[in-house]
Amino acid sequence: MTTKLMGQRVQRVEDQRFLRGQGRYVDDVAVGPDTLHAAVLRSPHAHARIVDIDVSAVLDVEGVHAVWTYDDLADLSPPMAEPLPLLIPHPALTHGRTQFALAKDEVNYMGEAIAFVVAEDRYVAEDALARIRVDYELLPPVVGIPAARAAAHLVHEDVPGNVGARLEQEVGDARAAIATAPHRLELDLTVERSSCQPMEGRGVVARWDPDVNRLTAWSSTQTSTGVRAAVAVKLGLDLGQVDVITPDVGGGFGVKINHPWPEELLVPLAARALGRTVKFTEDRREHFISTAHERGQEQHIEVGFDDDGRLLGLSVEFWHDHGAYTPYGLIVPIITSTQLLGPYKPQSYRVVFESIYTNTVMVTPYRGAGRPQACFAMERTMDAIAQYLGKDRTEVRAVNFIQPDEFPYDHGLVFQDGRELEYDSGDYPAMLEKIRALVNWDEFPAYQAEMAAQGRRVGIGLACYVEGTGVGPYEGAHVHVETSGKVKVATGLTTQGQGHATVFAQLVADELGVRLEDVEVVTGDTRRMPYAVGTFASRAAVMSGSAIHLAAKRTKEKALRIAAEALEVDEKDLQIVDGVVSVIGLPEAAIDLGTISVLSNPLRYAFDEASKAATQFSVGDPGKPPVAEDDEPGLEGKDFYSPERATFASGMHAVIVETDPETAEISILKYAVVHDCGNLINPMIVEGQIHGGVAQGIGGALYERMAYDESGQLLNASFMDFLIPYVTEIPDRIEIDHLETPSPLNPLGIKGAGEAGVIPSAAVFAAAIEDAERTALPGFGITAMPISPSELFALRHHQEPS
Amino acid sequence: MTEELLDVRLSVNGTPRPLRVPARRLLSDALRHDLGLTGTHVGCEHGVCGACTVLLDGRPVRSCLVLAVSVDGQEVTTVEGLAEPDGSLGPVQQAFAECHGLQCGFCTPGFLTTITAGLRDNPSPTHEEAREMVAGNLCRCTGYQNIVKAVERAAEIGAEGPS
Ligand code: FES
Ligand code: FES
Repeated sequence: MTTKLMGQRVQRVEDQRFLRGQGRYVDDVAVGPDTLHAAVLRSPHAHARIVDIDVSAVLDVEGVHAVWTYDDLADLSPPMAEPLPLLIPHPALTHGRTQFALAKDEVNYMGEAIAFVVAEDRYVAEDALARIRVDYELLPPVVGIPAARAAAHLVHEDVPGNVGARLEQEVGDARAAIATAPHRLELDLTVERSSCQPMEGRGVVARWDPDVNRLTAWSSTQTSTGVRAAVAVKLGLDLGQVDVITPDVGGGFGVKINHPWPEELLVPLAARALGRTVKFTEDRREHFISTAHERGQEQHIEVGFDDDGRLLGLSVEFWHDHGAYTPYGLIVPIITSTQLLGPYKPQSYRVVFESIYTNTVMVTPYRGAGRPQACFAMERTMDAIAQYLGKDRTEVRAVNFIQPDEFPYDHGLVFQDGRELEYDSGDYPAMLEKIRALVNWDEFPAYQAEMAAQGRRVGIGLACYVEGTGVGPYEGAHVHVETSGKVKVATGLTTQGQGHATVFAQLVADELGVRLEDVEVVTGDTRRMPYAVGTFASRAAVMSGSAIHLAAKRTKEKALRIAAEALEVDEKDLQIVDGVVSVIGLPEAAIDLGTISVLSNPLRYAFDEASKAATQFSVGDPGKPPVAEDDEPGLEGKDFYSPERATFASGMHAVIVETDPETAEISILKYAVVHDCGNLINPMIVEGQIHGGVAQGIGGALYERMAYDESGQLLNASFMDFLIPYVTEIPDRIEIDHLETPSPLNPLGIKGAGEAGVIPSAAVFAAAIEDAERTALPGFGITAMPISPSELFALRHHQEPS
Repeated sequence: MTEELLDVRLSVNGTPRPLRVPARRLLSDALRHDLGLTGTHVGCEHGVCGACTVLLDGRPVRSCLVLAVSVDGQEVTTVEGLAEPDGSLGPVQQAFAECHGLQCGFCTPGFLTTITAGLRDNPSPTHEEAREMVAGNLCRCTGYQNIVKAVERAAEIGAEGPS
């Protein structure tokens, strides 16, 4: 038997093309002078009425092929004049609003699309934009959660109080439990806006083929099937007339799951109207001001606990800044409200949130999706309880853990997928032991004291989280063995660097018994797999991985059935190794998968060597039709995986920091991660995901924030001003230890890993910096993140007893 | 208002690639859109991310900050030119594959060119020097851990290999 590839550090097969500069990202498609290029005029104001748009000066710019505003859309395709879809409605979202593909009468954030130009190249298209004259009547902008809540001005005239949604969930009577608890605390905790910032922005290319009446679109999206359905509806096409291909994608991190972006509709519309291939490639500034942000939340926590720190009642109220529109519904605040509980089991819990409008870029999930804020709330609360009771922070956490024998554990809440929040498996006490060991928790106080004696401030922080991954509804897979013996695999969700071509090939190689190099995986191409949901919520490995495993299993069953007939043996006596089916213990009685593929298709024409080789075998009952009633031609297998509910991964991070007493510079001395995503398919790739998540988390905790001024101008819309970490900001080593508690919900026992690294960052850094500062300033506390050195400096002076 | 086109005599990866472009054409756009060498990526177009880094007469430059007409007569090396003559991966490319130094691959060409030039100047960097070598390039996926490993591994391969 060949060794199983599941669990091996298999080198990535996709790297070959990336390393040679042969990747095909969306801007690499349709390169050449025949392609037209689009550019978008965007609002310079956060809130304004559009009085008039004058495009007359554009028409004589040489090389301009089209200039459109809202008024042109209805003629091009009537559904285009409707607002963009609200993708995920929810009964609590009583005042959901979405924008138009091009603004109609009003703009609600700086960056909102107003006009669309198509020209010979991007330079000319931008020249044209500069000639469009728009008359605005300025309206008062609503910026920041306090202003939105005060509601002196409204973002949308017909949304009272700027409140889009209010949702409450309660298990037990938390307020009563808090009122009667031996101890009580209240905390107010704020997290600011950041954003995904994949190195590749958004992009879309479309081509209309008049000979076959079909549209092909390439989009840098996290859901090709979603884009396909949206394009079909908005252009008035049958679904069968639209193909969407997701080529290589230069990172997503959540922002590319939202769809359709205005350009994802306007570009196909232009391709059809002009009969030319049209391309739009977002630039970095556009990515800042017209794509989505996340994380802005203000949270109020009340907690009642006993002498051991056991949570008797937990009541959380928070305000979620969802920006100007709500295309992605309430997913982010619902995740905060449910995932806040982490590994703990409070005896009662109440959570209520309001999702509110501001005149800023809209909010859709960013890696972690509401969990970093939730973890910040819960873990700051745990730290506060420990401080209040004078206990070790790990002790207070341990008494609140769900225990290993309590799974499945039902919280009595409804999760983001509309299903019950029921954890499938985990071992939090074991994980706590691992993280304590990894970071040398017990030795730290002595080290801290020693450093303090030298005038140095070092501190340690710990944060725990649980993450619902692999949410439904489903993913599917198709496996096809060609007559050459090569195995072609298709799954519909998309890839943004997670190494799907490798991990999915590992699964097929194991299940089908073929060589890894004979397996080729295609993702995100609606021509190959038209039924799919998308890549988000750390779901790809769980969902498509499981579907691929099942499809490979079906393929194998068929191969064995045909082989048994051809070799005139019992299926039970067969094995498949390196693509050859043989009788166990009788290696000369063998037939390779390519030959079985020929036999599976009773076609009369022989094209290749495999066909000739197949002539020595005979399969099929001459008394029956060549393709039996319950059979299909071809050596293929297709299957779908649809779990009852999400599977819950978990993790704990610890960090040791040093803060400079003079400059307030924050340095990371040690960063440790213990992670449980069930069985690992490829530990190298999982660790890569954790590294990337931790780095993004460091950015979010210490550097990145969207700096809006009171007029709604985003002041730092470039990489010069919005600081994402270079290697110099990331510690030299990230220590990782794995715990593997398999999920009982899927055939592979796996859980998602994509988002985990970023979830505890705000919490763990706040804890560590606070701990370091307290060596000199005993009452020091951090309640808002991110925190830069200058903010830490200011906070010191603010909190210093005068 | 037809734009005036200017002749640029460019050599890319050892092959003459004459161009006729407007004066404002960025080198990054000329490589990608006029010459079809799409391996060079554009992540910011303001000189911060390093994804567009190419070698100009051997020195790393950000091609999004260079006008194509200004490099007349010079030799450009892009990621497409980093493989060995026999088609196998060059040492830096090979090290990235071995160390899992890339995820989405978008930033990768800029790292590969930067490190190629860096190791030419300093073939056996210390750990600190390896970190410094990549300190001007942004990657949003990898957290840099494996990129730094790849620098060190590439130095090793360079030292082993026939030079
Ligand atoms: S694209 Fe040139 S430095 Fe970012
Ligand atoms: S690998 Fe994706 S940005 Fe570096």
